Amino acid sequence: MATVAAVIASTHHPFYYRASTSAGPDRPPFADEWVAKIEAFRQTLTRAEPDVLVMVGSDHFHQLWLDNMPQFLVGKAPFFDANWYNEEREFGLPRMRLAGDEDLAAYLLREGLDAGFDLAFSNELRIDHSVTCPIITLRPQADLPIVPVYTNIFAPPMPRPSRFMELGRALRRMVEAWPSDKRVAIIGTGHLSLELGGPRQFGPHGPDPEFDRKAVAWIANGDVDGCLAEVTLDSLHAPGNATHGFMDFMLMMGAAGDGVKADYTDSLDLFHTMEAYFTWYPSPAGKGASS
Amino acid sequence: MSKYLLDKFLYTVDRDPELVERYRSDPGGTVEWWERDMANTLLNCHAAEKSTWLAFGEEERRALREHDYVALFGMGAHPFLTLTLFIAMFERDHGPLEYQIAYARAMDHITLPYPDIAT
Repeated sequence: MATVAAVIASTHHPFYYRASTSAGPDRPPFADEWVAKIEAFRQTLTRAEPDVLVMVGSDHFHQLWLDNMPQFLVGKAPFFDANWYNEEREFGLPRMRLAGDEDLAAYLLREGLDAGFDLAFSNELRIDHSVTCPIITLRPQADLPIVPVYTNIFAPPMPRPSRFMELGRALRRMVEAWPSDKRVAIIGTGHLSLELGGPRQFGPHGPDPEFDRKAVAWIANGDVDGCLAEVTLDSLHAPGNATHGFMDFMLMMGAAGDGVKADYTDSLDLFHTMEAYFTWYPSPAGKGASS
Repeated sequence: MSKYLLDKFLYTVDRDPELVERYRSDPGGTVEWWERDMANTLLNCHAAEKSTWLAFGEEERRALREHDYVALFGMGAHPFLTLTLFIAMFERDHGPLEYQIAYARAMDHITLPYPDIAT
């Protein structure tokens, strides 16, 4: 059976690429600290020695649109082109191409459907910064095949937070039962409190530092019950109008396991939003590789 | 009122570099053309297959013509789409983050709960 080599949850800040590659007067004052944190975070994936990456993210109205909107979608294709014109324009992100693992994608689709998740699929998916940002931060050589798993955190009606957690648990179970000798890292990105296009956007911190503090503790401690007790589709409007992206963190809490503390936790208070990085090593092999 | 059609306008313009420039320089003409020729286009379908029922209300038309993003927010247009497109059109006229912060300050009078964005 396959090994879950690491479970990783992260914010996906589209400005990291530009901040980390800029020099001279264009380089923001926080760039060096940010790069140092990212390089330390990257080591947590490197030492897990993965063969394939399951990448949980959310299309930002690029290929998935309101005329045909899936709630959960698995990309099954030999390749995924990546990043879009408006992401080059706004964030300076490069065009990329990642290989896909069609065997694992097909397996997750079959097993997911049988487990009660009516997963949509795409055989030609251009992925966006929710997947490419963690490639840039965690695996910049972009040399591993991926299976993208898209969630709808963007266009109501959305699945409830508990459903995200259930899908995370199912992904973990399915990967562990995958008849393969590969080492799989499950990586997902979302947001803490975030406001886009409203009065609380682009402040000196995230729009709700208290929510961010609680959210980091829920994730770091694997506090599924505490998180579910406070987080609902309605409650997520209060910390910021784009905070439903936190549900992808909840999916990753499901993948990491109830009550399982993260082996690595870090955060960075930036303008506009707080960055947060978490890694779990579920398997003894992963733990061994980390020490 | 059609939040969906507002979002469809923002979405189709934002993803097309030529339309971004056209909407920046000629918002009235772009909105008129788009509603006439594009509003009923089924995306991802052959051009001959069109919808027959999509049209803006007058206030929606006005808000788009006047680049009135505060009104669009009030109508429940998806704020991510509006923000992304308006940054594309107007950030270039300002210093770093100036436009984004001014955009927020123009909405300071808006309190929770925000308008529903469900389509």
